[in-house]
Amino acid sequence: MGWIALAVVGVLILWAILAYNRLVNLRNQVANGWRQIDVQLKRRHDLIPNLVNAVKGYMKYEQETLQRVIEARNQAVSARGAAEAAQREAELSGVLGRLFALMENYPELKANQNVLQLQEELTSTENKIAFARQFYNDVATKYNVARETFPSNLIATMFRFQRAELFAVMDEREREAPKVDLGF
Amino acid sequence: MNIWEQQARNRRNTVLLVVLFIALVAAVGYAADWYFGTGDIPVLTLLAFVFATGQALVGYFAGDKIALSLSQARAVTGQSLKEQQLINVTEEMAIAAGIPMPKLYVIPDPDLNAFATGRSPRHASIAVTQGLLNTLSRDELQAVVAHEVGHIRNYDIRLMTLVAILLGTILVLADMLRRALFWGVGARRRRSEGNAVLLLLWLVVSILAPLAAYLIAMAVSRQREYYADATSAELTRNPEALIRALQKIAAAIQPTTAIPQSLAHMCIEDPRGRPINERSGFWSDLFATHPPIHKRIEALRRMAYLQAS
Repeated sequence: MGWIALAVVGVLILWAILAYNRLVNLRNQVANGWRQIDVQLKRRHDLIPNLVNAVKGYMKYEQETLQRVIEARNQAVSARGAAEAAQREAELSGVLGRLFALMENYPELKANQNVLQLQEELTSTENKIAFARQFYNDVATKYNVARETFPSNLIATMFRFQRAELFAVMDEREREAPKVDLGF
Repeated sequence: MNIWEQQARNRRNTVLLVVLFIALVAAVGYAADWYFGTGDIPVLTLLAFVFATGQALVGYFAGDKIALSLSQARAVTGQSLKEQQLINVTEEMAIAAGIPMPKLYVIPDPDLNAFATGRSPRHASIAVTQGLLNTLSRDELQAVVAHEVGHIRNYDIRLMTLVAILLGTILVLADMLRRALFWGVGARRRRSEGNAVLLLLWLVVSILAPLAAYLIAMAVSRQREYYADATSAELTRNPEALIRALQKIAAAIQPTTAIPQSLAHMCIEDPRGRPINERSGFWSDLFATHPPIHKRIEALRRMAYLQAS
């Protein structure tokens, strides 16, 4: 009889260890996912001056927009704290979007390989930021589910695993459809 | 059924099929060892298993290099805009899937196809044909790459290696039994088991068991194709892009001669071309590594909420 009790306790301990390790693993993936977003945001900061320089010569009448892009980028680089950074990155995305739309007006730009490649790089960077956020939300959800479902929620409460916040749109303006002014 | 429900169903079906497969191997092994009267330890089954494992492991470790050299794949350089786009869409999908960036290759074949290979996400490679690169738009290319990244993330190469081991074990055992029955070797033969029993054993072992094993292996392959499609939809959140890509692939159906058939299960579509595949009959479905394209599109349309379940 003592045998069986021992075996049962053994299995329970093994399960507890596995559950704990899984939660730790997921929590670390969540932290990593969050950092990934920052990596992509920084990449965008670095690429923007190159793009503006490449298109400056062709888009003589859009100096104002180009200037706004550089300013927004500098603001984003100098942001302090998560909330301010999020807001400024959102503004930068908005201004960049307007620049991309304006570039459609200049067919000579399409013939320039340099510009096309830079545009592809920036488009890809915007996508990577989005996918990094998507991955963060996916892995944060997985972590939250593991943290809240029975029986791993017992381990989670015992060892005080915190809930992960999902990435959300902070700026209400981002929820509006972008207005594209092509200057017609 | 949406993306998540379809993925859950694919995983369940895989488990069921693998369990069924193991049971089949156990049954055949039991019959073989019974026939030869090997006693308490199923020596023959173990031998067959070890042999099949050895064969499969060669494929597991060297498979990616063999595949890439057979298909004459060349590494991507990013010189052209299209290659740069390929690199970028793959990086984006690697971020979305949380895996390291796979190595990229282009196959000099005008047909539309792609495959993934490599024993783990850290040692993965993806190859696409020149035809695919030229014909698909950026988001369609991304959808195909996402399907291949799906195969990598879901450890399909490992699963198919396991399937190859199980299949190999049955084939070796069947071979042993066939020869033994033919040459009249084996302990039980001397007792009066009767010719009918032996004939039945021969029939089952040399024909039915390998056939069943092959069918199960193909069923697993098809299940993982659906799973990879659902993973593509999950990573891109854009099932329609994959639908358009599959339609273009179906329209251009010519055999991809550069890709060896042994890699079929890792491709986006069967490299044999299968101009007959759209005639999806009962038999052609059972023996196919990939589900018919119209069924894959249907599943994707459900994921995109364009079709009722």
